[in-house]
Amino acid sequence: MSTPAGPRPGTPSPRRPSVLFEVGTGLVLHAVLVTSLFFLFRGHNAPGGGFIAGLVAGTALVLAYLAGDTSAGRRAAGATPRPGVVLGVGLLLAAGTAVAPWLGGGQVLESGYSHPHVPVLGGVSLASVLIFDIGVYLVVVGLVLAVLSTLGEQAGTSLAPGGEEDR
Amino acid sequence: MSALARAAAEGTVLAPTGSSLVLALVVGVLFATGTYLLLQRPLTRVLIGLALLTHAANLLLLVAGGLSGAAPFIGDDGSVPERMADPLPQAMALTAIVISFAVSALLLAVAYRSYALTRDDVVQDDPEDSRIAHHVEEGPS
Amino acid sequence: MTDVLTGLARTVPAGVLVGLPVLLPLLGAALALLLRRAGTQRAIPLLVLPVMALDAAALLLRADADGPLAVQAGNWDAPFGISLVADRLSSLLTLVSVIVLMVVLVYAIGQGVADAADERSDRVRVVFHPAYLVLASGVSFSFLTGDLFNLFVAFEVMLTASYVLITLQAGPSAVRSAMTYIVVSLLASVLFVTVIGLVYAATGTVNMADLRGALAEVPGGVRLSLALLLIVVFGIKAALFPLYFWLPDSYPVAPAPVTAVFAGLLTKVGVYAIIRTQTLIFPDDTAVTGPVLLVLAGATLLVGILGAIAQNEIKRVLSFTIVSHIGFIVMGLAFFTVAGVAGAVLYMVHHIVIQTTLFCVEGLIERRTGTSRLDRISGLTHRSALLGVLFALPALSLAGIPPFSGFLAKLALLQAGSAVGSWVIVGLAVLVSLLTLYSMALIWGSAFWGSPSDVVPDEDPEDAVQVGVRTVPATMTAATAAVVLVGLAIPVLGGPLYALCLRAAADLLAAGPYVEAVLG
Repeated sequence: MSTPAGPRPGTPSPRRPSVLFEVGTGLVLHAVLVTSLFFLFRGHNAPGGGFIAGLVAGTALVLAYLAGDTSAGRRAAGATPRPGVVLGVGLLLAAGTAVAPWLGGGQVLESGYSHPHVPVLGGVSLASVLIFDIGVYLVVVGLVLAVLSTLGEQAGTSLAPGGEEDR
Repeated sequence: MSALARAAAEGTVLAPTGSSLVLALVVGVLFATGTYLLLQRPLTRVLIGLALLTHAANLLLLVAGGLSGAAPFIGDDGSVPERMADPLPQAMALTAIVISFAVSALLLAVAYRSYALTRDDVVQDDPEDSRIAHHVEEGPS
Repeated sequence: MTDVLTGLARTVPAGVLVGLPVLLPLLGAALALLLRRAGTQRAIPLLVLPVMALDAAALLLRADADGPLAVQAGNWDAPFGISLVADRLSSLLTLVSVIVLMVVLVYAIGQGVADAADERSDRVRVVFHPAYLVLASGVSFSFLTGDLFNLFVAFEVMLTASYVLITLQAGPSAVRSAMTYIVVSLLASVLFVTVIGLVYAATGTVNMADLRGALAEVPGGVRLSLALLLIVVFGIKAALFPLYFWLPDSYPVAPAPVTAVFAGLLTKVGVYAIIRTQTLIFPDDTAVTGPVLLVLAGATLLVGILGAIAQNEIKRVLSFTIVSHIGFIVMGLAFFTVAGVAGAVLYMVHHIVIQTTLFCVEGLIERRTGTSRLDRISGLTHRSALLGVLFALPALSLAGIPPFSGFLAKLALLQAGSAVGSWVIVGLAVLVSLLTLYSMALIWGSAFWGSPSDVVPDEDPEDAVQVGVRTVPATMTAATAAVVLVGLAIPVLGGPLYALCLRAAADLLAAGPYVEAVLG
């Protein structure tokens, strides 16, 4: 697929967002991502969970995308894998956790629990549902990435419909 | 036995015990505006209309769960409260939101594609409809 | 023989048996997203679908021998958790669907939709197999789910995959039609959530087995309006009159194998949902819903077939026959007798296979001639006698000519209709059968007879679907022949199959074992 030389007709010209926005994004980006992890891990017995966490992480990615030219945005964009891969890993984790209990003679989606005593953290309550939640998290993040690559200015290398504008 | 089943067996009230008038009105307004927008010609309005309708339906699910403010279904100390909030509508609404999020994303992608192809935001005429209209004007060929 | 196989099926835990058709394709889809090499991607569904078929066959044997199998996901008791239930109807439909999905997959690979070699359609290759597997998962989940809300989830899983598949060849007309399809489907989904909210507000449960008891205590007017609302929701999905308009507009634009699967399965899932909900959870409203469904069925039959006759494009003719023949199935249900529902189930099995076959043949025709327009094709029999045979057999079956499957299914329905004395609808059904024959004869006379027409050049020679070329890949023809043979197997197995349908219908109307299996 050939990449167009300049901006295609009809797409908004790449303009710099405000300095405030760039700097602000650089400041909050990591905090938002950490918050999303917080939501992800507390989700089992408290408000939170994979979907909410994924959406929060997705917001961070959207911010990074909109800020575009900032170093944090560039790093985030460079570090993100293809949406299809993220979706795939997420789906694999979620569906895999759903069927895993079969191996032990359990029921679909049944969750195992353990309460190990970790040296520094103390008692930790772990559920295998967490892996399912991580899968959901990745699916949502993958979806946000797919949306960005489809609807964003560099549309072309996308998973969803819309990858052929440069015909 | 699950905690929920135990709670139900011990006679805790699970059924919705009323609903909020304000929320009901909001649901109505959302449905009305959503329908209005859905019937418009520009594609973006159709999309926003669908989004509003989805919100209305999700809110309706929450209203179906009864008034908020009751304790979550099991107290922190493991006790079963007298009257508890029904968690199921929230779970269903969340699932519905997840799904509508995914579908809206896809719909936006297709709408964008439509815009890229036609350079126009307006829903295109159905060729079959135009053909029939043509037939009616000209008489059957 | 059957006993041995049933015994074999009993060795697999019920949880695995019921959950596998839903979860295995999802796992496969995840793998297909990750392993992007064409060969690997192709191998995954080719492995997953046969396993699903075996599993569905085992399910059918178990459900027929031991009664409905219910599984509570995560061991959360019904009605609080997610129930998956496989009774005779759901496992039969799952089996037929998976068989159709398998054959069409081979067809799609042969046609090149599934994995195009050229650079430009790289996207198509990446997306097709995962989306196809997700669709398979959604279809079997729709058949197997035991609660209303998960039926919604299953619909969405299926529809989201179908949105991706329908926009594979994203030209301007495809995108326009896809928008219609997506917006209408989404609207139906919103209505579905609304109805679920209302049902929950009225009863406090969404488990279908539990709803049967809970709704019996709800005031009659409220219950009836919920029943009718659900008919509207599923009527959109099933393309029931007057909510069918989106179907002939959107199906024809997708690549032939995609249309074939949609034609065979998606509307049937809608009809299945009508059958399941009306028999299982609204048994007390049949006095009103029966006549309503009967009128809708009659109108669907007539309007659909008149639309088919008026069309000038094979794909559109076939799309309108889908609409029309949905009327037959709903008509069988509307009698609410064992014979009627059994006829409806048999008709569904027949129609899933035959309609898919016809769209596969249409793909072959388009491949040879470069177009689907009747006024530009003629003399196909001179080019390929085999193509003529492949079209004639399912076309005659669709019209209900003995000894094909359509005849058996229609006969069952007509007998059920005359048993309850609904002579108007019986007469209408006979008339529509004749008109179906007429519409098929129109295609035959225009496309197959006469002197051979010129090949219409491919409008978009670069895309994955090549049309107007002389060579037809052997896999495409073989897949079509295979699905024709499946269609021919239905009348051969007619006796046992109809007996099974009768048992399934008796289950549906009695519902006792189903409720017992779920609620314990």
